[in-house]
Amino acid sequence: MSQNVEVPLHHIAHARSGDKGNRLNIALICYDPAFYESVADQVTAERVAAHFAARRPGKVTRYALPKLSAFNYVLDHVLEGGVNASLGLDGHGKSLSFFLLKLKIEVVPALLKQCANRMPHLRAYIDTSKDTACSDR
Amino acid sequence: MQELLRIGCASGFAGDRADAGLPIVAELAGSNGFLVFETLAERTLALCQLEKRRDAARGYSPALERMLPIVLGPALANGIRIVGNFGGANPRAAAVRIRALAREAGFPKARVAVIEGDDLTASFSPEELAARETGGTVLENCPEVVAANVYLGASPIAQALDSGADVVVTGRVADPALALGPVVHTYGWDWMDWPRLAAGMLAGHLLECGAQVTGGYFADPPFKDVPDLATVGYPIVEVAGSGHLVMTKPARSGGIIDVRTVTEQILYEIHDPSAYLTPDVVLDITDVELIPDGPNRIGVIGARGKARPDTLKATVFIEGGMLGEAEISYAGPNALARARLAADIVKQRLAARAPELEFRVDAIGITSVLGNLSAQAWDEIGGAPEVRLRFAAQHARRELVELLLDEVEALYCAGPAGGAGVRRHSTARLASASCLIERERVAPTVMFAETPA
Repeated sequence: MSQNVEVPLHHIAHARSGDKGNRLNIALICYDPAFYESVADQVTAERVAAHFAARRPGKVTRYALPKLSAFNYVLDHVLEGGVNASLGLDGHGKSLSFFLLKLKIEVVPALLKQCANRMPHLRAYIDTSKDTACSDR
Repeated sequence: MQELLRIGCASGFAGDRADAGLPIVAELAGSNGFLVFETLAERTLALCQLEKRRDAARGYSPALERMLPIVLGPALANGIRIVGNFGGANPRAAAVRIRALAREAGFPKARVAVIEGDDLTASFSPEELAARETGGTVLENCPEVVAANVYLGASPIAQALDSGADVVVTGRVADPALALGPVVHTYGWDWMDWPRLAAGMLAGHLLECGAQVTGGYFADPPFKDVPDLATVGYPIVEVAGSGHLVMTKPARSGGIIDVRTVTEQILYEIHDPSAYLTPDVVLDITDVELIPDGPNRIGVIGARGKARPDTLKATVFIEGGMLGEAEISYAGPNALARARLAADIVKQRLAARAPELEFRVDAIGITSVLGNLSAQAWDEIGGAPEVRLRFAAQHARRELVELLLDEVEALYCAGPAGGAGVRRHSTARLASASCLIERERVAPTVMFAETPA
């Protein structure tokens, strides 16, 4: 396992935010079911709460949807009061799905190789197999 | 054999594309087709309520005037019935307007049904609403509410269609109920047939945001490419009597429907996926599977349903003071230092003139939507070719908010060098709260707009 490659979630999953009042949900969906276990192990509710620490979340709950290769994260009190109260530009938290996608996770290189035909951006990791190959900008 | 039911969605919010319904009308022409419009965000309805106070003939969704003149005539000409929450705070006035539009389009006999009963302002006092607030205390000691509307279910919509409506106009109903109404009207499902109601509600949930399921709000090139997004097709769902769904879109339209787009929309605004509360059924999507069924066709199976909740959700708005925003740019060499000085000057001025006013500072493009500069992020910014500062404050006293905007504008002459492009804006804000309302205190009604003499 020491040969794992670190990749940003953005390269193996996609996400969409939704809001209700001051509560945010982010659906995180693996591009390929092969990544589901890695996300299950590493993108825990605790890790997501830590990632959003600047927003001081009240509670973070993760719901698993294995048939959709997805997880739904529900974050309480992270929208600065929500769309009718926030002083910020994004009171809906719509941009926060991409903030979640900045998180990095470790993936077995064989999985990246397996998916690289359909997802050409993964080839960079296979060629070098170094975590420096990963840059989210 | 019942003809397959197809429901298209021409609008996912009040600001959606006005002509989105035309390709759906062409696709559904001559079949058992419905077109639904969702045009009523929570805040839109509160603004409708304020407009109705000023003019009793108004107060319906502003989307009505943008969308229906384009789509109503072609829909009626092709036998496609329309269900939309255009009613806002005044569904009767919306119906009168729709009848006039239908007449202009050559359909003077079009039957327009009005659903009412969602407006709680006459039947609940502010104290009664405060006692039913959930998840907060916004309504505590509030003497007056601006709007209080309960989310109605699909039953009155189905009833209106059963009675021969060509157009059904509602105020606040649960968004997916706009589609469940036509489904139950078509198939006559029992209102306690939870599994099938769940499938119908899921159909509505997948439709209710328009293009968000057909490739809109999805593109992230080159990770997620969407063909021809500029002409994205709005969604159509095929609903079988068994509850089997297929999501698709008009032939030759842009966009894409695949497992990825449908998965994003299934989970949109969902909390516990085993218990999505709607007025008609508690939807459980944990077992849903998506089955590709040809190009731009995704089958949806596995929705489960549980008995509907005993209470209905209502959204209540009260006056929330003024929100003020002002922006100014600094660009070129040393832009960041000049922007920082500008922010410090405004802070110092406000500390002396209005110490009770809290405000926020953003650097748009650097730290604004994910963070803000009120929290000492300046030193983390290495430098920037341009900085657009944004100041924002909210307060019950308008003059305090205007004071902040005045101080930002005064930076033009009295602030750092090169300040440019000031924009300022202030607007009345509405604070919202959620309440849970006993069903027995909600009485939806169905009536038909009268044929004018």
